[in-house]
Amino acid sequence: MGKSLENFTPVSALSGGALIGLSVSLLLLFNGRMAGISGIMNGMFSAPKKEEIWRGLFLMGLILGAFIFQLLTNNSLQLRLGYPILLIILGGFLVGFGTRMGNGCTSGHGICGIATFSLRSIAATITFMLSGMITVFILKHLLGVA
Amino acid sequence: MIINLIALLAGIIFGLGLALSQMIDPNKVLNFLDVTGDWDPSLAFVMIGALAVTILSFHFILKRSAPLLDSGFHVTKQVIINRPLLLGAGLFGIGWGMTGYCPGPAVASLGLFSVEGIVMVIAIYAGFFSQRWIANK
Repeated sequence: MGKSLENFTPVSALSGGALIGLSVSLLLLFNGRMAGISGIMNGMFSAPKKEEIWRGLFLMGLILGAFIFQLLTNNSLQLRLGYPILLIILGGFLVGFGTRMGNGCTSGHGICGIATFSLRSIAATITFMLSGMITVFILKHLLGVA
Repeated sequence: MIINLIALLAGIIFGLGLALSQMIDPNKVLNFLDVTGDWDPSLAFVMIGALAVTILSFHFILKRSAPLLDSGFHVTKQVIINRPLLLGAGLFGIGWGMTGYCPGPAVASLGLFSVEGIVMVIAIYAGFFSQRWIANK
């Protein structure tokens, strides 16, 4: 318990969340788009050509944003080392498959959808939160992996 | 043109938000999902921060007849809670719990030159294409 309280970072979490909210609001106000990341990623290779440019730029911005933060704060973010790569491959596949099947991820359903009080998005968010928690419980506490 | 610049700017702000909130750190995410273990509730505050802004701003933005740079809003009006929605969200949650990455942080972690992030993004696309292939059969 002590460890998690030491790592509890509500202020940076709230302000980071507010920045994400600002980003999503900008994209809706100016471009009329909901910033669901899985949808934007998927559209990179399925949308018409002129639709691909803003998507590519948004994703490039995402990468740049993380890079700039790392520059400004002098490598405050540590990369995880030694995590089983098989879990990443399998889990990544499920993230891709599931977000397309369910039409959204943490940003699309969890933020944009809930912000419009969509019951569909609220149901999706509760579902992926629960299945994520159950998965961590099984992997960590029952199987002892990762 | 301006549409593209807004998209780039929105992406940068989103990436900064993911980094500042530490949502980009997969261990931080897994500690948030680990409710029966050494639970770190921080990431709930990311959602609270994001929703505090969006619930208010969306309320006003969606009252407009159109966004500033387009003729209409590209907002899907799907309302049905069906099997694909719940099954898809369930599978996504399993992948999220296995890796600690949802799509945004997976892409943003490329800015940290994370090998794990590269593998994650490729695997996500493999999932996208497989889902589309199965759905089109």
